[in-house]
Amino acid sequence: MNWILVIEQLLNGAGYGLMLFLIAAGLTLVFGIMDVMNLSHGSLFMVGAYVAATVHVHSGSFAGAVLVAIAATVFVAALLEVTLMRRLYGRDHLAQVLATFGVILVADDAVKMAWGPSPVMAPTPALLAGPVELFAGLPYPSYRLVVLVAGVAVAGLLYLLVNHSRVGMLVRAGASDRWMAELMGVRVKRVFCGIFVLGAALAALAGALMGPIMAVQVGMGESILIPALVVIVIGGIGSVRGAFVAALLVGLVDTIGRAFLPILLRATLPPSVAADLGPLFAEVAMYALMAAVLSFRPAGLFSAKA
Amino acid sequence: MAQLSRTSLRNRLGAAALATLAACASFTAMAQQGPIKVGMALDISGPFSGPGADARDGFNLAIKQLAGKLGGQPVEFLQTDMAGSPDQAKQLVDRFVQREKIDLFTGPIASNVALAVAPTLFAAKVPYLSNNAGPSQLAGAQCNPYFFGTAYQNDQYHEAAGQFAADRGFGRMVLIAPNYPAGKDGLTGFKRKFKGTVLDEIYTKVGQLDYATELAQLRAAKPEAVYFFLPGAMGINFIKQFVGAGLSKDIMLVTSGFSADEDIIGAVGEPMLGLFNTSHWAHDLDNAANKAFVAAFRKEYGGRFPSIYAAQAFDVVTAMDAAVKAVGGKVTDREALAKALAKAQFPSVRGSFRYANNHYPVQNFYLRTIGKNAEGRVTNKTIKTVLENYGDAFSSQCPLK
Repeated sequence: MNWILVIEQLLNGAGYGLMLFLIAAGLTLVFGIMDVMNLSHGSLFMVGAYVAATVHVHSGSFAGAVLVAIAATVFVAALLEVTLMRRLYGRDHLAQVLATFGVILVADDAVKMAWGPSPVMAPTPALLAGPVELFAGLPYPSYRLVVLVAGVAVAGLLYLLVNHSRVGMLVRAGASDRWMAELMGVRVKRVFCGIFVLGAALAALAGALMGPIMAVQVGMGESILIPALVVIVIGGIGSVRGAFVAALLVGLVDTIGRAFLPILLRATLPPSVAADLGPLFAEVAMYALMAAVLSFRPAGLFSAKA
Repeated sequence: MAQLSRTSLRNRLGAAALATLAACASFTAMAQQGPIKVGMALDISGPFSGPGADARDGFNLAIKQLAGKLGGQPVEFLQTDMAGSPDQAKQLVDRFVQREKIDLFTGPIASNVALAVAPTLFAAKVPYLSNNAGPSQLAGAQCNPYFFGTAYQNDQYHEAAGQFAADRGFGRMVLIAPNYPAGKDGLTGFKRKFKGTVLDEIYTKVGQLDYATELAQLRAAKPEAVYFFLPGAMGINFIKQFVGAGLSKDIMLVTSGFSADEDIIGAVGEPMLGLFNTSHWAHDLDNAANKAFVAAFRKEYGGRFPSIYAAQAFDVVTAMDAAVKAVGGKVTDREALAKALAKAQFPSVRGSFRYANNHYPVQNFYLRTIGKNAEGRVTNKTIKTVLENYGDAFSSQCPLK
């Protein structure tokens, strides 16, 4: 094992974690503040990825594609908020899960109708297709660096917004005690709509950035939703700071599980057993982390309601 | 009186039941006189959607050329997407067998799906011609008279690549494949022929698209070459990210035809120039059936070249046609149908081949490299034969004669 490998894997883990954070931040705000379980959050991620890939191919501009994707997804989210989510705020969680699960099915089929069932291969912007020499012996894909930087920048902006602005104060007040905030005259409905749309914008950004790394396909929203839910549970529901820490943790644990567990297993077990167990352990590493955190802190690392 | 009416009621019920049974029987008889039914479980979405879509195009071209008939008999081709999911495929095949009463089956790309649907088909004696998957599980002791690995046996395919790597004299290699039956078969097959040192065997999740972790491991392991078996979108992303990470300068990529055919070249393009790969078919193979197939395919689908998956699918329908013709359209005699299929007397686009006793092909494997053709298009060029009339490692364990 050498240091270059460790550093490269840490960068990979952080990159994956930051993308998870962009999705989880919206999810945790919506769930924590509005007390609405929104499973269709992953579908917004998918819409963002599809719109970005399409615009990028047709216009050739990646930055433009990201902006259009965010705008389009925000529009879809606003429509969803007005037509459906508003009716769900007072209902119990089961009704919300059922309704938003229905949205997933509708969204998947709508995307299938518009783009076809085969995955769209989103191109990497030509300028960023090659590697950058970070230091001697470690060329790192430049696109992944851009994703890392974008993730950190958005996390910083979100920190300023939530912790150092008036809107953020209302958001935090809503998350820690919604009733009291309402009694103090916070116009909850307007804050709700804003939060929902902000969450959608973050999901769309994640989708647009992830597109060139993964394939843009139907069902991508569901497969990313599960780690995102794990992140908000570990971080503490409603806490943006918790989501940030937990997303990085999950990203690192997932990468370490895939990269270093097989090496460790091979050193201790016969190779055939290690080859079978390695991928298995890597897949459950994230859930093991969640179980471990919850057994010490049942409300998550930074619960907003604590 | 009460006694009487009850008896008459019972009689009447009995009569009604008999009538229903008779209706059913006549209905079955009618169904048997109807068209031959071929069930096709396709991968139009899911992790194998790229290969699956090409296979569908191959099927449909053959069906169109045969005017929707097999051996001159009218046929109903039932095509349904099962998204590469073993569960979904199992449900679909249950429906095909129980409700549609299919006579022949084909379609799944992935070996785990093939293994999931096989028992139902074997129990119903429905011949299953595999247009891609060739799991080792069905090649040895558990071979079945109703299974035909028309395309290839998994291990066999990768043994050809192992042979190439051995011929080329690579010393230190890393192998990478998805964690599912065909991935295991693939790397086992490769190692059977490869003579150098295997530094690492990496198994990834089926459908994984982000290979950053594995690429970092490659950078640290510093092999001379990497053998990767990542079909469909997995391979597209792997190659793109491999090049993006700057690994292509120091490490050579070796693969099988699955990750170096038209479906992948179309998505990746120039970075694939010079890539060596081995396969049992190529669009420039010199035989009459292949030339006609490639020309017809390009005419039908806007000039693009067929991939291995399209060629294999085309072969399956041609094989069905020849066998149905050989039994004179009597597909209800399943034993005769299976015997006719086992003779493999059809003009295969890979050139002539025969089945071994386990119904897996004994065939040639070729070395190809990706370059630019006369039109300046990036595509495969066949260089030489790597293995000639080559069978698989399991046929001796198969009790079939």
